[in-house]
Amino acid sequence: MLLAIDFALIIEKLILIVVVVSASLVIAMYTTFAERKVAAILQDRRGPNRAGPFGLLQPLADGLKLFFKEEIIPNFSSKFLFILGPALAMLTAVMTSAVVPWGDKVQLFDREINLQIADINIGILYVFGVVSMGVYGIMIGSWASNNKFSLLGGLRAASQIISYELAMGISLIALLMVTGTLSLKEMVVQQQAGHWNIIYQPLGFLIFLICAFAECNRTPFDLPEAENELIGGYHTEYSSMKLGFYLFSEYINMFISSVIMATLFFGGYDMPFVNEANFTPNIAAIIGVAALMTKVILFIFLFMWVRWTIPRFRYDQLMHLGWRILIPLALFNMLVTGAAVLYFNR
Amino acid sequence: MQPLTNKAKQVSRKPMTFAERLYLPAIFKGMMITFSHIFKKKPTINYPEKQRPFSPVFRGLQILNRDEEGRENCTACGLCAVACPAEAITMEAAERQPGEEHLYKEEKYAAKYEINMLRCIFCGLCEEACPKDAIYLSETFTPADYQRKQFIYAKNDLLIPHPKENPEAYQKALGNRATKN
Repeated sequence: MLLAIDFALIIEKLILIVVVVSASLVIAMYTTFAERKVAAILQDRRGPNRAGPFGLLQPLADGLKLFFKEEIIPNFSSKFLFILGPALAMLTAVMTSAVVPWGDKVQLFDREINLQIADINIGILYVFGVVSMGVYGIMIGSWASNNKFSLLGGLRAASQIISYELAMGISLIALLMVTGTLSLKEMVVQQQAGHWNIIYQPLGFLIFLICAFAECNRTPFDLPEAENELIGGYHTEYSSMKLGFYLFSEYINMFISSVIMATLFFGGYDMPFVNEANFTPNIAAIIGVAALMTKVILFIFLFMWVRWTIPRFRYDQLMHLGWRILIPLALFNMLVTGAAVLYFNR
Repeated sequence: MQPLTNKAKQVSRKPMTFAERLYLPAIFKGMMITFSHIFKKKPTINYPEKQRPFSPVFRGLQILNRDEEGRENCTACGLCAVACPAEAITMEAAERQPGEEHLYKEEKYAAKYEINMLRCIFCGLCEEACPKDAIYLSETFTPADYQRKQFIYAKNDLLIPHPKENPEAYQKALGNRATKN
């Protein structure tokens, strides 16, 4: 039969989707907690420590608070778009996790389960497409709010994404020239066999990192939500869980971009100095997932560390950095990489 | 022009070097500074569990004292009210009746004794003025409240617990004062 549907595969993928989405939600939840803790520790404070042991229930309390808040939709806003904004932001934030290889194969019930929802051969392009859609959530929400500050925040977000997406894409082209594949899974397999891509692409990684900060609207690029100039920026008019979705999508974006950076440049689920072939596949997979999560946590810490160190850019500085420094640098990197690839005939 | 002090510093107008223009070394330096703060001691005290000790000269909520047998020291002489710069103390005197010797130490006592805690400035002049060691300032705060009238403390709010009937509370209220005298 040509059209036989493999129901087991569908169930397997559904379970994987549920696990991945809920895991990224929980991780994003605890990232908010970690953010407050890290901020406190870097500023010689204690941070939230009242809700539960060590304050571990704090994110639950925050979420409950957001749920119980009164939901206000401004009279002069366009209601459909107003609701669509945060929904889109959240949706695109979660969608990116589909192509990430979380680990190697797991053997369960006589089946080989790939710890990746979809191993599509244009994985990295998919990530790019979805991530750049994320800004529509911000733009639509800020436009629908019918508020000057929101609109300014949305405009800033849009122009910032455009400026940094370019440099990010060009730095990625250099990486793709080295790896020769767009599939994230294949990139990880290559890095497992050889060296991590950071060795071949240090400058590309730096550009990618800076652009990732800008894409996640994290300090020093958090101009779309600059509290002190735009009273909250694009989410000024939002309240209750819609505001929660916006804040939450920022943390999910941070998590996903950490995963992408770890996968692209730091070997994904590859544990350094350990040969995975020595273990049974299940244990190797667990080690892989743990290695990936460790890298992700380090990246998330880096995001927070930078946030609580560096003040925000001025807008013209932001544009100057994006257009006049990062893009030429990325082009230069691409040129050098191209020449090197040609010379070594890889 | 002659400078008034030698504090003025020449501002450097040199164009930035390449390393400075890169901006990344400066960021890294800043990040090292914040990182070093992870290991610093945190000055915060977990308040309800841990409390900062009061200084021995701390002046808090007033307490009306009793002697060892539980008789009130106050004779309603009014010196504290006169001494009070904020005019927070009001009192009414009464004469001790036969059979009340176990309640009041001397022939005259305060039938009504009120301190308005919103007026009180906790200067401690009442304590200094008192000839009978009847009022002193303890080491507690005035608790917050929602209504102004709750801040007018009457005698039963101010009196120290009875030393015989409730010796533990008495010792606690006495605090460091037991060693002070």
